[in-house]
Amino acid sequence: MYKLSIAEASKKLESGQISSLDLTESILRRIDEVDPKIDAYLKVLKDEAIFDAKESDKRRKAGKTLSKIDGIPLAIKDLLCTKNIETTAASNILKGFTPCFDATVVRKLKDAGVVVLGKTNLDAFAHGSSTENSDFKTTKNPWDQSRVPGGSSGGSAAAVAADECLGAIGTDTGGSIRQPASLCGVVGLKPTYGRVSRYGVIAMASSLDVIGPLSKTTEDAAIILEVIAGRDELDSTTLDAPVPEYSKSLGRDLKGKKIGVPKEYFKSGMDEDVESVVKEAIEKIEKLGAEIVKISLPHTDYALSVYYILQPAEVSSNLSRYDGIRFGHSVLRENVDQTLEKVYMQSRGEGFGDEAKRRIMLGTYVLSAGYYDAYYKKAMKIRTLVKRDFEEAFKEVDAIITPVSPTPAFKIGEKSDDPVQMYLSDIYTVPINPAGVPAISVPAGFVTRDAKDLPVGIQIIGPQLGEEVILNIAHQFEKVSGVNKKKPQI
Amino acid sequence: MLTKEEVLHVAKLAKFDLSEAEVEKFRLQLSNVLDLFKKIDDVELKDIEETSQVTGLKNVLRNDEVVCKKDLTCCTTEELLKGTPIKDGNSIKVPKVIGGTDDV
Repeated sequence: MYKLSIAEASKKLESGQISSLDLTESILRRIDEVDPKIDAYLKVLKDEAIFDAKESDKRRKAGKTLSKIDGIPLAIKDLLCTKNIETTAASNILKGFTPCFDATVVRKLKDAGVVVLGKTNLDAFAHGSSTENSDFKTTKNPWDQSRVPGGSSGGSAAAVAADECLGAIGTDTGGSIRQPASLCGVVGLKPTYGRVSRYGVIAMASSLDVIGPLSKTTEDAAIILEVIAGRDELDSTTLDAPVPEYSKSLGRDLKGKKIGVPKEYFKSGMDEDVESVVKEAIEKIEKLGAEIVKISLPHTDYALSVYYILQPAEVSSNLSRYDGIRFGHSVLRENVDQTLEKVYMQSRGEGFGDEAKRRIMLGTYVLSAGYYDAYYKKAMKIRTLVKRDFEEAFKEVDAIITPVSPTPAFKIGEKSDDPVQMYLSDIYTVPINPAGVPAISVPAGFVTRDAKDLPVGIQIIGPQLGEEVILNIAHQFEKVSGVNKKKPQI
Repeated sequence: MLTKEEVLHVAKLAKFDLSEAEVEKFRLQLSNVLDLFKKIDDVELKDIEETSQVTGLKNVLRNDEVVCKKDLTCCTTEELLKGTPIKDGNSIKVPKVIGGTDDV
C-alpha cells in the first residue's frame, strides 16, 4: 500500500477499498523497515499520525471529507514550523525549539485532512546540496546508500523515493527541491516566488525562498500545489492571482508548444552520461509534438555568482535573530557574570555549524563597508539582467528545458570539505530563483555508476505563474518515459 | 586572499567566536568562494537598475491591529517564552550591555 501515489490512494480511499488508518500504518511499517538505512526523517510522529488517520476515517464515514487528499500521509521538511512539535532546521542552535504555531503550508495541509507523518532531514537551515550539513545526520540516497540524496530537501526527496511517505513538502532557495528530486528520481516542483506562503518557514534568503512539493508523479505535485498555493495575509509577498486546478491542465497534448533549449546550459562540465539522458529526453518531448528551439540566456554564467552573493547576504541578516537571548541554544545562565556581547559570540559560535558560519561570514563580508558596491550592489543589478533573460526568452517560447544537476548523486564525503565544488553542483538550478520563475524537476532516466542505477532528472522552466504549462509538459513526458515506474532496491 | 585579520573582523561583525583552526579553514574556503565572484566585473552595468523584488508587488499594507485567526498566530505569552533561557515573569532577562571587559 505504501507504494501508491497520492492520486491512486485518494481514489482507493474514496471508494472505501482502503482506510487512511491502513495506509498510514503501512507507511509507518515501511519507515520502521527502511529508515534506519536511509535516515530521511529527523522525527516520526507515529501516535499523532495514527490519531489523525482515524479522525480522517471518521470524517469519511460521516460524509464530511475535507478535500481530495483527506487522509493522505505526507512528510514535512523540518524547516517548516509545526505547532507543539520540535522544529530544528536540522541545526543545533534550534535544537529543542517548539513553535506554538503552524506554518501556513502546514495549516493548509492539516485543514485539508492530511496526515503529517514526521519531519524530514535537511542541510542545516537549508544550506547545502547533500544533507551533509545537517547538524544531526546525513540522509542516504535510496538508489545507492554510499551516495548523497542531494539537498537541502534531501530527507523529503529520499522519503518519497523510498516510499516512506506518499509525498513531501520541501523548500527551494537555489535548487533545494529540484536537485534532490533529480538525484533521488522523484518529481520536485519549485513554484513561482510568492505563489506559496513562506509564513512559519524558517527564513534562509527571503527574496528567493519558495515552498513546494516533492512527489512520485507530476499529478501528485499538482494535487499538493492546489492545496498549498494562494495569497496569505501573513506573508505580504504572496500573490493574489487565483489558484488554478493544476491537475486539470495535465492532459493537454504538446502540439504547438514551443520549448527552448538554452545553449549556456550545455557547456563543458556536465557529466557525459547525464548529458545523453537530458538530450534523449528532449528528443522524446519533440516526438510528442512540441517544437524545440535553440535559445540563449546570455547572463547564465554570472547567475551562480549573483546567487552566492545575494543568498548569503540575506542569510546573514535572517540568521542574526539567533542570539542566545530569546530562544534557541544559549550560554546564558542565571547568576553568572556575563555580558551581552559574550553571550552572542559564544551562543552563536557553539550553535552554528560550519556551513551556516561560512554563509553568514560571506554575507556579512559582501554587505560590509567597502565591499557593498563591489559585490552586493553589482549582484542586485545583474539579477535584473538574469531576470530579463528569462522574460525575453518567454516572449518566444512556452517553456525552457535544461539539466538539473551536472552529475548524478555524488559520494558522501566527496565534496563536503570543498564549498566551491559543492556550490558548483547548483549551477543549473540557482539562476531560476533570482528570476522568481517556476521550475520542475522530473525523472528522465538513469546512469550507471558502480553497477548501480542512479536517477537523472530534467528541469522544465516556465514564466512566472506558468506552473500549469510546466506541469503539463512534465506530465506528458512522464507518460512516455515511464522512468518513475522503477523503484530502488533498499 | 583574505587575511586572518579580515576573517576575525567579519566574525566579529557576524557575532560569533571562531577557534584558531576555524579561522584558517574559513580564510581559505571563503577566499576560494570570493574568487568565483571575480567574473561579475566583466558585466556592463551602466543604467541597469537593481532588482530586489521579482513579482512586481509594491507596498502591501495591512491595518496595524492584532489579528487572531484560528490558532495560527495566537500564542500566549507563556508559550512564546517557553524557550527563553532566563526570564523574570513575562520579561526576557538580558545580561549587561555595557561595563564588560569586551566592550566594542
